[in-house]
Amino acid sequence: MKEKIITALNRVTKSGLNSFWRNKWVSTATISVMVITLGLITSLFLLSVVAGSILTDLEQKVDISVYFKLSTTESEIIKVKSELEKISDVKSVEYVSRAEALAKFETEHENNPLIIKSLEELGENPLEASLNIKAKLIDNYESIASFLESTRFSGMVDTVNYRQNQKVIEKLSSILGTVRNSGLIAILALGFVAVLVTFNTIRLKIYSMREEIGVMRLVGASNWYIRGPFIIEGVLHGLVASLVTTIIFYPILVLISPKIAAFLSGIDIAAYFRNNFFQIFFLQTLVGVFLGVISSLIAMRRYLKI
Amino acid sequence: MIHFKNVSKIYPPHMVALENVNLIIKSKEFVSLVGSSGAGKSTLLRMLIGEEAPSMGEIIVGDVSINSLNHKEMPYMRRKIGTVFQDYKLLPTKTAYENIAFAMEVAGKDDSEIKEDVPQVLSLVGLEDKANQFPYQLSGGERQRVAIGRALVHRPDILVADEPTGNLDPVNTWEVVNLLLKLNELGATVILATHDNSIVNNLERRVVLMEKGKVVKDDAKGKYLI
Repeated sequence: MKEKIITALNRVTKSGLNSFWRNKWVSTATISVMVITLGLITSLFLLSVVAGSILTDLEQKVDISVYFKLSTTESEIIKVKSELEKISDVKSVEYVSRAEALAKFETEHENNPLIIKSLEELGENPLEASLNIKAKLIDNYESIASFLESTRFSGMVDTVNYRQNQKVIEKLSSILGTVRNSGLIAILALGFVAVLVTFNTIRLKIYSMREEIGVMRLVGASNWYIRGPFIIEGVLHGLVASLVTTIIFYPILVLISPKIAAFLSGIDIAAYFRNNFFQIFFLQTLVGVFLGVISSLIAMRRYLKI
Repeated sequence: MIHFKNVSKIYPPHMVALENVNLIIKSKEFVSLVGSSGAGKSTLLRMLIGEEAPSMGEIIVGDVSINSLNHKEMPYMRRKIGTVFQDYKLLPTKTAYENIAFAMEVAGKDDSEIKEDVPQVLSLVGLEDKANQFPYQLSGGERQRVAIGRALVHRPDILVADEPTGNLDPVNTWEVVNLLLKLNELGATVILATHDNSIVNNLERRVVLMEKGKVVKDDAKGKYLI
């Protein structure tokens, strides 16, 4: 029994390889369509990576600061800090002491003698200590700001700069949300179209072979014996298409990556592609093989009914 | 033995292809099934190989009722019946050798058996030098001989030939008919559907005449007169 299965597998594989080679033009056409599909899917994937990193970058630039009245002691501020850190929405809190604030202010304005001079004339440090707070999500700032504005802290807190920035932060939050959602919809829609095109190409190929499938049935072949070579062919189409896509894709990425990096600082897609090469290639191959095999099986069903 | 028991086939809504056909074919018989196009010959044969199911009645081959077989059992039945069609039904992407070998492969025969039997069959049908040609490189007669080779490589008990000479010239026709006769001598039951009266009249074997879906005449040594 085991030997029979091995023989059958051997024959099916051989027949699949044979048919892949003998139907060169059909294979080429199927692979070309698949390359376009995989290329599109990979581009969409990389695009979403780029967009995602831009969005995260923007998001990370947002923070709020709370300024404490000059009378507040450092230990009181540290207490507030540790309380803030306990809130689950808070990502990080950074304490900037009065001395640090002054040092920073001075270095920022060292080329402006007027400001430096007026500071000297003042004689003491006029700057307030502050906490810089980053939230995990851009939508969390509202609640953090409200927490700091509560009466408990009214004795210490001078200002929370959220209110000044509220409009900008809210606007950014809504833009980010829209971009993410519509991007996802666009990716899904385009991906769906690409999959459909491949499916139809394979369906046409199977349609052109419907008589052969019938003949195989009439000669006494079981359904799995008929499906076998088509599955092997589907796997081969997916594999070759994935390879071709990578071979075409990588040089293009290397070419355009510096241009994108110049436009959006800090994003190197070629490097991203290199670092995640195996995941991307594996996913690409998986999609290709899955498409090739499943489309064949679905398209064959009705011709196997004889 | 093949037994058609009260077999009818109605294509909806009311196209009657076969009407209450009763026919017994003994094993090792050579039967010609004659009649004009549309008389129901092909439908009868298609039911024998399970390509279509009867609307009513039963078809029994040996002790198996064909129409009770499910989709999975059908291939095993078909491996016992060799089939030859007017349009050859060869696999276009396989060579003559591979077409014949395919029938043995699907039945799970050993490679050694295939290597031994296929060349034998090819020489039996006179195509040993065309083994590696694809169907499109062969003439009509050669294609039909490949198809016959494929049908007989199992050494089937029954050989069904549906208008096997329909597309062939007289010389090739007789080559094919002689092959069928030879197989019959070797012990196969042969059912030959044809509308070519010159073949039937020269054979002097049993002739079953069909008209409008019914068996109208059944002679042990018949002629087919139009």
